[in-house]
Amino acid sequence: MTDMEALANSLMTWSIYAAFVIVAVSQILAMIRLYVGPSVGDRILALDTMFINAIALLVLIGIFQGTQIYFEAVLIIAMLGFVSTVAYARFVLRGDIIE
Amino acid sequence: MTLSALATFAIFLCLIIGSVFTLVAGIGLVKLNDSMARLHAPTKAGTLGIGAFLVASMINSFTFGDGALHELLIMGFLFVTAPVSANFIAKVTIHKGACMTPPPPPQDDNWATLSTPDDGQKPDEPTRA
Repeated sequence: MTDMEALANSLMTWSIYAAFVIVAVSQILAMIRLYVGPSVGDRILALDTMFINAIALLVLIGIFQGTQIYFEAVLIIAMLGFVSTVAYARFVLRGDIIE
Repeated sequence: MTLSALATFAIFLCLIIGSVFTLVAGIGLVKLNDSMARLHAPTKAGTLGIGAFLVASMINSFTFGDGALHELLIMGFLFVTAPVSANFIAKVTIHKGACMTPPPPPQDDNWATLSTPDDGQKPDEPTRA
């Protein structure tokens, strides 16, 4: 392994750790907005952001472990996130999810 | 410099870009002081951040594994659904009166978002036999 590859690998490992920390901080910030959020729209938005950040965490774990095994889980979380956001919004807008 | 070192640098760059956008999304969600302004931070910066993470994952799988473009599915799905859910959340914000009410529409009495289900303003709903 050359010097350049060693540098690249250490940079990548370091940036994965940094990305874990940053996504976790972003998740906590979304949680603060979920708790504080003055209106219902803010709370739905915070939940949507938390779904996105959970997807980011799973993708990072996949990179860290070097596996493709989290792909299906990520896809299902993405779909559930969208459906639940739309369901919350429809419930607030119409008082019912499926009319 | 070998190809795998270059690819590893590309992963590093994508991870940094994704982290920055994710952090901007989180800070914007807490820091901005208007409901409609808050809507912009996660739905745009957050989606871009996860896109960068998925690109990093793709390069990673091509560099250290067999290589797969599965992540394009997730990316496409997220990029298509993010504006739709943002539109729904904006409708909720207007409906709840948590922002400035938009000016009245030119033809109808009221915006459809502001009408409640019980006041009979649902001409397009099919009747059930």
